[in-house]
Amino acid sequence: MNKKPSFLESAACHVVLVIAVAFALYPVLWVVALAFSGTQTPSPRVIPVPEAPTLAHLSAVVGATRKVDGAEVWLFGRQLANSLVVSLSTALVGVLIAIPTAYALARFRFAGKESGMRALLATQMFPAVASAIPLYMILNSLGLLNSRTGLVVCYASTSVPFSIFQLRAAFEAIPIDLEEAAMVDGATRFSAFVRVVLPAARPAIAVTALFAFMGAYNEFILAATLLDKEEMFTLPVMLQRFIGEYDAQWEKFAAGALVVSLPVMALFYVAQRHLVAGLTAGGVKG
Amino acid sequence: MASVTVTALKKKFGQTEVLKGVDVRVPEGHFAVLVGPSGCGKSTLLRLLAGLEEADTGKIELGDRDVTRLEPRDRNIAMVFQSYALYPHLTVRENLAFGLKLRKTDPAEIEKQVKRASDMLGLGALLDRLPKQLSGGQRQRVAMGRAIVRKADLYLYDEPLSNLDAALRAQVRVDIRKLHDELGATSVYVTHDQVEAMTLADVIFVLNKGQVEQSGAPLEIFDRPATKFVAAFLGSPAMNFIDGALERAGSAWVFRANQLVVPVDEATFAGGLEPGRKVTLGIRPHEVALTEGGGETTKLGVTVVEALGPETYAHGEIAGAPFIARVEARRSIKKGDTLPLVFRSIHLFDAATGKSLRAR
Repeated sequence: MNKKPSFLESAACHVVLVIAVAFALYPVLWVVALAFSGTQTPSPRVIPVPEAPTLAHLSAVVGATRKVDGAEVWLFGRQLANSLVVSLSTALVGVLIAIPTAYALARFRFAGKESGMRALLATQMFPAVASAIPLYMILNSLGLLNSRTGLVVCYASTSVPFSIFQLRAAFEAIPIDLEEAAMVDGATRFSAFVRVVLPAARPAIAVTALFAFMGAYNEFILAATLLDKEEMFTLPVMLQRFIGEYDAQWEKFAAGALVVSLPVMALFYVAQRHLVAGLTAGGVKG
Repeated sequence: MASVTVTALKKKFGQTEVLKGVDVRVPEGHFAVLVGPSGCGKSTLLRLLAGLEEADTGKIELGDRDVTRLEPRDRNIAMVFQSYALYPHLTVRENLAFGLKLRKTDPAEIEKQVKRASDMLGLGALLDRLPKQLSGGQRQRVAMGRAIVRKADLYLYDEPLSNLDAALRAQVRVDIRKLHDELGATSVYVTHDQVEAMTLADVIFVLNKGQVEQSGAPLEIFDRPATKFVAAFLGSPAMNFIDGALERAGSAWVFRANQLVVPVDEATFAGGLEPGRKVTLGIRPHEVALTEGGGETTKLGVTVVEALGPETYAHGEIAGAPFIARVEARRSIKKGDTLPLVFRSIHLFDAATGKSLRAR
């Protein structure tokens, strides 16, 4: 079974892999080519390389400034900060709410547990767009339009139900013996939760937080509805403004898209260690 | 260390009464084994001792402390779980030290105790590994180590050998007994394996349907089972049972089932002997002997022969009931033979209640 593949088998395998990678990367390469092309409308080519390479689009997007209340602000920096603060806060708030809720749903029996779960599920049936107008009115009356807080509240409330479902399954998969062993060893229920359950659930918590982050980072419709000041925009809203009614600045859009992808790529790179599942493997039984 | 006294302990799960008033007393330093079939309540009793379940009524005392309503952490007990329940994110060393750290033990003392426990169990080379890097037997030893690293009043074992293969199980069984002899700690051990019960225990509690059916030293219970249930549960192969009735034969008493007539010693069963009383005769496979003919014998028509090496079991039927007899190993017996047997020792149980007729 563990026979080493022959040269032909190995070569065939690599050819297939190269084709698959090229297929997946081709559109991305097109975006890269577009972002660094100096010509107004680059002509379509089979091999996507920039025409008259330039960094002008990139610096136009990244270096954009604007006068706000008389002072010159670095627009892109503001928007990047908006996106990161809103997304990280959404992930943090969502996970902090979802962890105790999911644990209670996984471990305790209480009145209303089943109907509560069904209600959570029901919230997932409505698309976010359906609540855009009511959310606008609520945030307006709270004075939270055009604010990061308002956006975090909206995003966290939509991400929490899914986070709860995901974490509940993770907590259920952790053997209750582990907590009981900790309690016999001298832990309170709470310290058993903190010292044993949370570390064992770390991969699931990391994945849940990452999903919440991505959801918030990529969200457009609510952000476009609730924000109308340019310096409060998140990155997806900023990107969309390059595609106007009368002219589309595709090269700036492409440059912006590349820059917007970087934080997510960095995040995945850092988080991958925590995303390795199966941390509990081997703790229980032979 | 402390003695354990359980008084009239009851526990219900919903409508199911799992423990129906259990009394258990384990003297200080003794190794007690709770044994019984699945669903007899032995694991529930252990969890009540640990404080992982709450008793409905009754009392649990460790020494002179009433711990019935105390949280697990306030009872000063240690427990080895069936699943081992090792903390997956901690190394062996951290697993061993976990309980001591929670109790704010001095780091030098933790180091010393971890070393002592790991030396006793041969875990020295494994201290920096994670549980997932250990074999089943090694995990089991870490689970044991986590218990003995603390000076607990009571050590609880919940079927700790059930996930090991047969050879390892026999080895660890001996190790557990050795460890107990070294530590002298009061222990309560749950198993459904009667061999473990017989070999490990100072005192056995046989549980059935939420009650203690019989308790005592292993051999005492084996030799003088109080009920048919206990007689059937302990011993392998199990005791043979034949239904019949008591009769007078002149001045003596006999047990009769169809053509089978077995003399009954009046002194042994005094008080239980009534003519016509429906009883079950019990004979352990090793309580028979082959005779060379002559005198009163019972015939066993052999249908199956199991030669195990040190001993051979002949299967057949006596008075319509299946019967197993142990015979010397090298005796050549084959299917179709008829063996003349005498019963060296018999047990009698009331057919209705299952209680032994033996005078206590």
